[in-house]
Amino acid sequence: MLRRALQLGLGRGLLGRGLLGRGLGTHRGGSTLGKVEGSGGYRGSWVAPVSSYVTFRTRDPAHDGKTVGRLGEGDQNGKVSEIKKKIQSVLPGGAWNPPYDTSYLPPEHSDVVIVGGGVIGLSVAYWLKRLEKPRGAIRVLVVERDHTYSQASTALSVGGIRQQFSVPENIQLSLFSVEFLRNINEYLAVVDDPPLDIQFNPSGYLLLASEKGAAVMESNVKVQRQEGAKVCLMSPEQLRNKFPWINTEGVALASYGMEYEGWFDPWCLLQGLRRKVQSMGVLFCHGEVTRFVSSSSHTETTSGEEVTLKRIHEVHVKIDRSLEYQPVECALVINAAGAWSGQIAELAGVGKGPPGTLQGTKLPVERRKRYVYLWHCPQGPGLETPFIVDASGAYFRREGLGNNYLGGCSPTEEEEPDPGNLEVDHDFFQDKVWPPLAQRVPAFETLKVRSAWAGYYDYNTFDQNGVVGPHPLVVNMYFATGFSGHGLQQAPAVGRAVAEMVLDGHFQTINLSPFHFSRFYLGEKVQEHNII
Amino acid sequence: MAAPRAPLHLVMPVWNRGTRGIRGLSRAVALEGSQKKGRSLLQFLADRFYDVQALREYLLQKQVLKVHQKNRFQGKEWIRSDAHGHFSLDFLKFQAVPVEAVDASGCAINYQGLDSLLALKELQSLWLQRCPHVDDWCLGRLHPLANSLQELSLAGCPRISERGLASLHHLRNLRRLDISDLPAVSNPGLTRILVEEMLPSCQVLGADWAQGLPSGPEEQSQDRASPIPA
Repeated sequence: MLRRALQLGLGRGLLGRGLLGRGLGTHRGGSTLGKVEGSGGYRGSWVAPVSSYVTFRTRDPAHDGKTVGRLGEGDQNGKVSEIKKKIQSVLPGGAWNPPYDTSYLPPEHSDVVIVGGGVIGLSVAYWLKRLEKPRGAIRVLVVERDHTYSQASTALSVGGIRQQFSVPENIQLSLFSVEFLRNINEYLAVVDDPPLDIQFNPSGYLLLASEKGAAVMESNVKVQRQEGAKVCLMSPEQLRNKFPWINTEGVALASYGMEYEGWFDPWCLLQGLRRKVQSMGVLFCHGEVTRFVSSSSHTETTSGEEVTLKRIHEVHVKIDRSLEYQPVECALVINAAGAWSGQIAELAGVGKGPPGTLQGTKLPVERRKRYVYLWHCPQGPGLETPFIVDASGAYFRREGLGNNYLGGCSPTEEEEPDPGNLEVDHDFFQDKVWPPLAQRVPAFETLKVRSAWAGYYDYNTFDQNGVVGPHPLVVNMYFATGFSGHGLQQAPAVGRAVAEMVLDGHFQTINLSPFHFSRFYLGEKVQEHNII
Repeated sequence: MAAPRAPLHLVMPVWNRGTRGIRGLSRAVALEGSQKKGRSLLQFLADRFYDVQALREYLLQKQVLKVHQKNRFQGKEWIRSDAHGHFSLDFLKFQAVPVEAVDASGCAINYQGLDSLLALKELQSLWLQRCPHVDDWCLGRLHPLANSLQELSLAGCPRISERGLASLHHLRNLRRLDISDLPAVSNPGLTRILVEEMLPSCQVLGADWAQGLPSGPEEQSQDRASPIPA
């Protein structure tokens, strides 16, 4: 049995990167192979296929212990092992089927474990399922600690999408994502479910620059135009003509996105992805990752240095509101935990080493709290208002038809609020958000704050851009995090990029190699200037 | 659709010989409700605009042309097909003439199809009534026509909401805008007020606050045909 599985396993080459190193002898026969019946393409493979609408966790008592997955092996070897397995399952300590319901537990084996069920994690799951060949080849498990998404950055996001970035890869990511959103009902259609309406407002972004930032803005716009974004530069004169309610004092230049920019409903995207991904057969687990069990191996690089490579074998998922945990054997782990990615990376051993070395380079993604305020202004700017980002960093946009506006401001490094909770500081609005906005839009001098909330940025303290790709030392952990406030608008494209990396070993459509983890060690910043 | 037109208004003709058989079936679908203008016009357009590729090739010739003295407006009305849905070959004479008005009512024109319309730099009047695939994203694309577009009709499009209407403020030369009977607009009266504020020199038709009242008299001459399900 081992011989044949080895043959087929080696022939597959699925998921690239030496996944067979795990040691085929370690998997127990009962649960994995027991599910292989009826699916001809996977004979003898150690990867169990996934059918849609599957609830894998309950092990079928009729098949457990009985190795149906033997698949026609009539030789002596098979029969003996079959009997052995039967005996083992009956004896204590074996794979005994517990008499109670275990459907809340994640499966014991999963090819890919995605830590984090926000928009990035779900997008990776979607693209993995969509790009996998053949269909049903990969078992994907999404572990999400909070199914209400009460603290998830996706749900609390202001929902803007723009192409006005300075890094070309960011622009490409955003362009693809906007195409995805436009055709969302073709991508995320589920049979018998109503179509999605993400309520896109195509009003565009208006970035204002003072004298200091005008040159940078011009070069940024040039890059954006080269990548295909439709952005135009406006002088203060043109700005006054177009938007008479703006006070252009202090504004030297403005860049206005004409098409494909605006804002939409992130919750709808999240639910649409969730629904679609469930229909594609991705497994969900309501739990928290508490531990990674990994093994190390020492090798030498070509230059003779000793390197310790780590490989994660198991993910311990602790079930919510319980002490119970389930070890999930996995081939790959994708860190899409957003604001908590730093903690997950630490669990995996990223950054444990002397500082200044690659082992000692931590993932520089931190939780940062950001406030969003909703106010009403009866004489405020009209329906044509774009998403305005002032040179001071304060931003606002319209919300609905009733002259309500959403806005906020990113605090400076010294004023960073404590990210321990999501309490809102209303003084921040009075001191830091209102004055610049009232100066820019005089109508905002009379306004009334209706409500406010706070959310987290998965803030990359190094260069405020995402981290995408595998870790150089923990070889089977992939990152898809650190987007510092523009993760939602890049999620579909990032998901596709990570799926391509996982399935093909390299990026195919958008090249995100500048976003590799190693830049933190090498000190190469991919600085994004237009961070809101 | 009842406005009289003296100068030349061309409707984009497209030769669509190759796929005649399939397109012919669309004729049955396009006939709904009662019409002011010739039934043949709508029917012709419904055929033609399905094949936007041919349209685009045709319009590529027009893209770089300017108005020449010798191609004066010949005082013709809309160019349309005859009862069989065929064109006279006369329209080939007008290749150099810029297109001023397009009536794409009821056509299945979509986001990509607008590529061809956006190439018309002199377009003054665009009618997109009851187009089932024209949505907010499409409205966001209309800004290249800002210099010339004076009349836009979006009546009865089932996918347009107030969010798309916000992107019409680029069209600063717009004089007449028809936004009646948009089922996806949540609050027609308020939307109309906001659109009127947004486009001060434009006359906005439709979307009265009175529409929401149960016994409003129908002064709209628009067709009340139900929108084609998306």
